Amino acid sequence: MDKSKIRNFCIIAHIDHGKSTLSDRIIEQTGLLTSREMQNQVLDNMDLERERGITIKSQAVRTVYRAKDGNEYMLNLIDTPGHVDFNYEVSRSLAACDGAILVVDAAQGIEAQTLANVYMALDHDLEIFTVINKIDLPSARPDDVAREVEDVIGIEAMSAPRISAKNGIGIDEVLEGIVHSLPAPSGDEKAPLKALIFDSLYDSYRGVIVFMRIFDGTIRKGTRVHMCATGADVDVVEVGYFGAGQFIPCEELSAGMVGYFTASIKDVRQTMVGDTVTETDNPCAEALPGYKKVTPMVYCGLYPADGRKYPDLRDALEKLQLNDASLFYEPETSIALGFGFRCGFLGLLHLEIVQERLEREYSLDLVTTAPSVIYKIYRTDGDIIELTNPTNMPDPSEIEHMEEPIVRAEIMVTKEYVGSIMTLCQERRGRYLSTEYMEMNRAILRYELPLNEIIYDFFDALKSKSRGYASLDYELKGYETSKLVKLDILVNREEVDALSFIVHADTAYERGRRMCERLKEEIPRQLFEIPIQAAVNSKIIARETVKAMRKDVLAKCYGGDITRKKKLLEKQKEGKKRMRQVGNVEIPQQAFMSVLKLDEE
Amino acid sequence: MGKRIQLYIHIPFCVRKCRYCDFLSFPAQEFEMDMYVRQLIEEIKVQSRFYTDYTVSTIFFGGGTPSILKSVYITNIMSAVYANWVVEASAEISLEANPGTLSQERLLNYKAAGINRLSIGLQSANDTELKVLGRIHSFEDFLTSYEYARDAGFDNINVDLISGIPGQNTDSWKNSLRRVAMLKPEHVSAYSLIVEEGTPFHDIYGSEEGRKLLPDEDTDREMYHATAAILREYGYSRYEISNYARKGCECRHNLGYWTGEEYLGLGLGASSYTMNRRFHVEKDINNYLHIDMNRDITPLYEDVQELTAEDRMSEFMILGLRLTRGVSSAEFAERFGINMIDRYFYDIDKHIRHGLLESNPPYIRLTEKGLDLANVVMQDFV
Repeated sequence: MDKSKIRNFCIIAHIDHGKSTLSDRIIEQTGLLTSREMQNQVLDNMDLERERGITIKSQAVRTVYRAKDGNEYMLNLIDTPGHVDFNYEVSRSLAACDGAILVVDAAQGIEAQTLANVYMALDHDLEIFTVINKIDLPSARPDDVAREVEDVIGIEAMSAPRISAKNGIGIDEVLEGIVHSLPAPSGDEKAPLKALIFDSLYDSYRGVIVFMRIFDGTIRKGTRVHMCATGADVDVVEVGYFGAGQFIPCEELSAGMVGYFTASIKDVRQTMVGDTVTETDNPCAEALPGYKKVTPMVYCGLYPADGRKYPDLRDALEKLQLNDASLFYEPETSIALGFGFRCGFLGLLHLEIVQERLEREYSLDLVTTAPSVIYKIYRTDGDIIELTNPTNMPDPSEIEHMEEPIVRAEIMVTKEYVGSIMTLCQERRGRYLSTEYMEMNRAILRYELPLNEIIYDFFDALKSKSRGYASLDYELKGYETSKLVKLDILVNREEVDALSFIVHADTAYERGRRMCERLKEEIPRQLFEIPIQAAVNSKIIARETVKAMRKDVLAKCYGGDITRKKKLLEKQKEGKKRMRQVGNVEIPQQAFMSVLKLDEE
Repeated sequence: MGKRIQLYIHIPFCVRKCRYCDFLSFPAQEFEMDMYVRQLIEEIKVQSRFYTDYTVSTIFFGGGTPSILKSVYITNIMSAVYANWVVEASAEISLEANPGTLSQERLLNYKAAGINRLSIGLQSANDTELKVLGRIHSFEDFLTSYEYARDAGFDNINVDLISGIPGQNTDSWKNSLRRVAMLKPEHVSAYSLIVEEGTPFHDIYGSEEGRKLLPDEDTDREMYHATAAILREYGYSRYEISNYARKGCECRHNLGYWTGEEYLGLGLGASSYTMNRRFHVEKDINNYLHIDMNRDITPLYEDVQELTAEDRMSEFMILGLRLTRGVSSAEFAERFGINMIDRYFYDIDKHIRHGLLESNPPYIRLTEKGLDLANVVMQDFV
């Protein structure tokens, strides 16, 4: 295929500005196959695919568009994850493109993620083509928003198509814009193979399906390929491209194209996102820039609510990891919770996604411990430890000093909420950098914040303090020395390891007090009085008491309806099973989670 | 010597549903009551054929409000019982009655029909509390009914009271107890209010916010303890978690429930325990009225549950522990052929150490504290 008839692009937008609706419209209004492919027997191959039942929503789709100039264009739309946790994945998807459609909501205008995504796209030298979406909204102000784009971002936007993806208005204009405003790929088919991995998927029949963009050279069945970063060498079994929901095999893929290959690879960790694929026997001179080994930023303990489900949890994590190379886990034991796993995630959203999948797809009931970032501990003996589990913190006398990760955050908010957001950032130990006012009554606040202050509930607090208007983007800046302490919780005078966490010395008292209060509410009365204490360095800083249970009896006449009475007792007994026995005390599962969300009220 | 059985007869009608009530009862027209009683009498007849080797030791009319029925219905029902069953001469025959439904004439007729024990649902001696509960009567109405009952010759009367009513405090509860005790009924049942799902009370007091409108746990427990103390003053002994009686006046029918006696429930929704099975009658009134029992009795029953030896042991413990005398290891050994302490050693030992159970050979019983926390103990025997 003639490279000048290919367009590789992505859609960038703030969350809810209509990215997926526009993608759907583009797919709807274009075809799946070129006319030449239709004559060949591609369809047979597709049937085969169908028989094997492999139809998975892919991260990329290839469609064919017959433009007004009479030519057929091959459009490769590459999806990008829409959350800061996945910034690296986003950057690799962008690197696979030559251009981007910027979607801006005609009513809301530019948001934090719009900017973050645009800057990232510009970093990758992508041509940007703006569309103003949701013109059907009564509050739409497309001209203002276009001006805002020009002023704030500095790209031409007055001629941007005004569209409504929802109502299918202006989609033709978007398609023509893709063809005429976005560049065709360059590259040399004759040069040694050089392709970028931007995603992968584990399939139980074919092994890992590697999603790639080819910059130079050609790849076909039988090519022996080499992964520059991981060093793996494999023989290609199949190459193909992405139909809507299908993998469509083809003869070969060459420079400028987007597609996939399979090579009976059993482990996604051999094909890391961002790695360069080249030919083993004829390697490219140097790998594509930008590869980074993704490392987890947030850790927490995951435990089965029912200890007997430990093997099930292990199997489920194993399966999830097949598809998620950034998920890390290793076994750990907690005195309070028994056998479980310390898991590492890209961010809190990633954590929540994994947790939800474990609960939904694998029907596991989980207890999650407080998320922790990675702290660096400089010991007096000169050793440096990376701490991911608060329980493992050495004795304070052995610590020379500690460092915690700091992020640089951009918060976009309307002027009226600037004050309350600034207060929030101060409370979270934020260091103010700058404020930039934009047209239309809005501001960008820039802060440096400790990561551990934003991983629990910062986003929720931000939303509630700005009536949902604030948007957030952040990136890791580095490590800084900080006065950190381990806050321990003692229930009935026994330390509950699963409740320990690292906190800044200045907020330890407040945090400890509120944890005690919350636990008092969550732990039901038992036969004896239970003190709940918070301690730092074995010194008690807060205390609450759960009074002894004094009455629990069915003093009602159920007559001969014994079954009913038994059911009530059974229900009570069932409730008891959802408790964790810690020493003599029974602690409900939800108590472990509740202490993470102290800022909700 | 034949086997003994207790009959429970359910009358699912009331003048108006109380706001806390989740029992199977509802207001009805005269003709509906008429149809119901006909079907009930049919059931009494048909059922008797399956229990020819049994004699009836107690009969209990429960509801609903059985005293809503005109006395002729009670007379007819009792005639059907006497005609089809062998009833012991000394059988205890109780009827639940509500103040406001009892006339002198009606009481005399009940007595003539064979009723020898009345259980009057007073619930509170405080008219404001009665209103909150949605009762149709005042305390004054109760006093009148009580007097009529004594006049009619009823020498075995129970009075029901409820503690934990919204707005109630310990003093008003004590007052209710004393005013009732001074009348010297033979028996007092003192229950705690339970906010049951599906009742108007649940809509108000079922939520976290709503619970705050009820007496708090400490007050509730104060009331609970005042109950035993005050009733003791007036000569009542506690023989079950919420039942108190003058000597020899314990309710034999209810004792049967707690000691594993067989009982047959007759009428809408009534529960039975006979021949090692638990089951209950159909709960839909329209279905109930249209069952042709003469042809086939099986459509009458729901949720038939065959009890294993394990189930029976568990029930022996759960039900028996409700009695202040506790469960007898001698009786356990006789019934099940194994040693009770061995069978439940772990749980009995644990609760003795926690001070909830105590040994009083051959009985194991709840301690004072255990009576307050009975569920904690019973859960382990489920």
